[in-house]
Amino acid sequence: MGTGFFALLVVLLVAGIGVQLFRTSHLTIAKFGFNFWRTKTWDPVSGEFGALPFIWGTLYSSVLAMLISTPIAIGIAIFLSELSPGPLRTPLTFLTELLAAIPSIVYGLWGIFVLVPLVRHFEVLTPPWLKKVPLFSGPPLGVGMLSAALILAIMVIPFSSSVAREVLRAVPASQREAAYALGATRWEAIRAALSYGRTGILGAVMLGFGRALGETMAVTMVIGNNPQVSASLFAPQHTMAAVIANEFTEAADDLYLSALVEIGLVLFVLTVLINGISRFLIWRTGRVVATEEIDSTPLAASEAGA
Amino acid sequence: MSRSRRRRLFSNLVVFLCSAAVLVALVPLAFIFVYVVKQGFSSLNWDFFTQMPKPVGEAGGGMANAIVGTLMLMGIASLLAIPVGMMCGIYLAEYGAGKFAFFVRFAADVLNGVPSIVIGIFAYGLAVLPFKRFSAVAGGMALGFMMIPIIARTTEELLKLVPSSLREGALALGASRAKASFSVMVPAALPGIMTGILVAVARIAGETAPLLFTSFNNRFFTTRVDQPIASLTVQVYTYAISPYEDWHRQAWAGALVLVGVVFFFSVLARVVTRRLERMHRT
Amino acid sequence: MKILRLLALTAIALACALSPASAENVQINGAGATFPFPIYSKWFSEYNKLHPDVQINYQSIGSGGGIRQLTNQTVFFGATDGPMTPEQMQQSGGRVLHLPTVLGGVVPVYNIPGVDAKLKFSGKVLADIILGKVNKWNDAAILALNPGVKLPGTDITVCHRSDGSGTTYIFVDYLSKVSPDFKKTVGVATSVNWPVGVGGKGNEGVAGLVRQTPGSIGYVELIYAIQNKIDYGSVQNLAGEFVRASVESVTAAAAAASTKMPSDFRVSITNAPGAGVYPISSFTWLLFYESPKDRQRARIMKDFTRWALTEGQKYAAELGYSPLPESVVKLELAALDRIRA
Repeated sequence: MGTGFFALLVVLLVAGIGVQLFRTSHLTIAKFGFNFWRTKTWDPVSGEFGALPFIWGTLYSSVLAMLISTPIAIGIAIFLSELSPGPLRTPLTFLTELLAAIPSIVYGLWGIFVLVPLVRHFEVLTPPWLKKVPLFSGPPLGVGMLSAALILAIMVIPFSSSVAREVLRAVPASQREAAYALGATRWEAIRAALSYGRTGILGAVMLGFGRALGETMAVTMVIGNNPQVSASLFAPQHTMAAVIANEFTEAADDLYLSALVEIGLVLFVLTVLINGISRFLIWRTGRVVATEEIDSTPLAASEAGA
Repeated sequence: MSRSRRRRLFSNLVVFLCSAAVLVALVPLAFIFVYVVKQGFSSLNWDFFTQMPKPVGEAGGGMANAIVGTLMLMGIASLLAIPVGMMCGIYLAEYGAGKFAFFVRFAADVLNGVPSIVIGIFAYGLAVLPFKRFSAVAGGMALGFMMIPIIARTTEELLKLVPSSLREGALALGASRAKASFSVMVPAALPGIMTGILVAVARIAGETAPLLFTSFNNRFFTTRVDQPIASLTVQVYTYAISPYEDWHRQAWAGALVLVGVVFFFSVLARVVTRRLERMHRT
Repeated sequence: MKILRLLALTAIALACALSPASAENVQINGAGATFPFPIYSKWFSEYNKLHPDVQINYQSIGSGGGIRQLTNQTVFFGATDGPMTPEQMQQSGGRVLHLPTVLGGVVPVYNIPGVDAKLKFSGKVLADIILGKVNKWNDAAILALNPGVKLPGTDITVCHRSDGSGTTYIFVDYLSKVSPDFKKTVGVATSVNWPVGVGGKGNEGVAGLVRQTPGSIGYVELIYAIQNKIDYGSVQNLAGEFVRASVESVTAAAAAASTKMPSDFRVSITNAPGAGVYPISSFTWLLFYESPKDRQRARIMKDFTRWALTEGQKYAAELGYSPLPESVVKLELAALDRIRA
């Protein structure tokens, strides 16, 4: 059974990643235990490592990005699958898919040279009374949490909306027809479709969230790379993925390296959890093939029609 | 002002909001794209494709080594991922009902979602440290790991679409299960699987994070796979965060080439899909 | 894991076998400090012109990275601006030779819209700015040093390195010498726990940040300030003079050290005594194992180093570095023989 070997290989690969991360991070796991995740001093000089600022930065930027991108992504998905006039649909769909494929380094480049100056411009305009609110405190740098969240949102929108559109497309036409037959308005028909595919859409959002958590290059280029726990949108902060990219090759002693790998380990565990949950949700909606980007559903549809 | 009127108004509002979402998101997104193309084109010249990078601060030079490097990394990754991914997909299509297959599928999904930087750490431990060298192979491996799940899942899906009558026919003619799989089912699904491969290639062509500490970077032109190698993405990153105007210019040019490569594969995948759809219809 | 490692091994072995094993084309990899990157890339490029069969690939990933990757033996040589610590020497698994290549100065760069004057800093004020204690440009302490300069009341944004860096080492080494407070709260290393500020990767990254951020202050190697046309200030030296970094003032800092150079070349020359001395100066070092496994590459690197210490020094000044004093070069040429090749 030759093919089984390769299937086993894939499982081993994933297990291997987990085992290797775990083994390489044993130093900090043994030394700091759970405190690693509760303290916020990241001081390679004295060998004190607390990862709270990175967790905070990752969660803050990702959650913020999801708050911005989710309504927009769902709106786009609805437009593309339910409302769009025929001739617009194909080019728009194509555009979303292409945008989902733009490399993150390109978004990062755009972020540095266009988004950051733009954000700084708006930060400078912030009136003094507003600066007293912790959310908007601090000097106007441009680089910081706001830029990071915006760039993440921009990157996640095409991705989440593609998946959500697939979910909506998989909702049987009978659902909407039944709604219309009962005299429903357009929105009410859409709502019927939405509620039919709600778990799948939630799954799409979760997948987008997973993407945002692990995004590295674009974020590190605009977030300011400063480990601090701050509520301010203007403050430069740091994320888990960014600190690995910045410091991995230069972690000069073993404890330092171990600390970085432990951060990687947590990213890995988060991935397993998020994927587990979201795949389960998408799977529950049934027929949706949740492969990424362009998938085989058009084939499936034509196959069914043939 | 009846209830139905209110309902219709609300409905129109939602329709309006959804259209607005398209406008507020897709238009700026398209703008990014246009911006990259504009900046890229004004910076792109023939030297970019034929010259090596110049020493720091000297103007001119190009990314010839990085372009070749990226192509080589894609090649190495494909060499690793296509056989593993396809075989894994075949297994899933053939024996997909079992408990083990469930694990395999889950593993593939997880692998697909693992942040690329984490794959980088893994490849560093697996293929850089033990051999005491950064190398193109290590980088290609990291990228290959990311391709495997995409190829595996597309292969599986595509094989499932091949009419089972084909397989039954082969089996009836006395072919073994493996033989039926490889000589009848896989060829039938092959064009579709190709699209999966193209999508996977498009995805990894733009990856930076897993290369930072595997294939590293190289100022010189090399085709050796056991040495550090330049890649477009790492080069764009290095140039982007630098303070030199000329390097910024080259970073834009690099970004445009990257986008071009990625789009080429994405569009190719789409065209293949289209043609397949048409074939299936007739 | 075993299977995976085995597969990786086969793949690499296969790759090595398939690669054209051209003996005439040697590639040598090095990594480390960004501080000397401009001159190193010039050197490696010039040396490649003299010896087309030798390609020395240097990646500026930071001094911390240079030390780490050398210790992991993923690169043949390292480069750093902060000498390795005793613990790092212990972990290196072999004697490591430090060889100074050039001298450089770290300058405080700033970007204050509307201010063209060259600011003056004292060590104490600089330390307080970095610590976040002085956080407005029109703070009395800064105004006192710069009478007649109209400074705005904007916030100071401190830009520092986000990666391990020898430039950081030199800078904080100096600040720790002049400010006990700084020494206590931050300390000396290639990466430290910054009290305030924004992080950029590499000298390039910090220069980029300062250029892009109005009201910012940062620290970069002199050449990065010159090439990017960023304003940099003068710093008060031990003799009380305000000195701007230049080839001469940095060389002056090495004068004292060159007479009593320790045999391992690991010496700090920040805040050096004497007139006309720029106080934030340092050597930058190449790192080699004294008994490397690869004798062929060791031979080439010895030849390169000999060239860089003699012929190559002429490129230093035009790139904003200071050439090594003759006496130091002589000591080093002798020390090169410690590398077995």
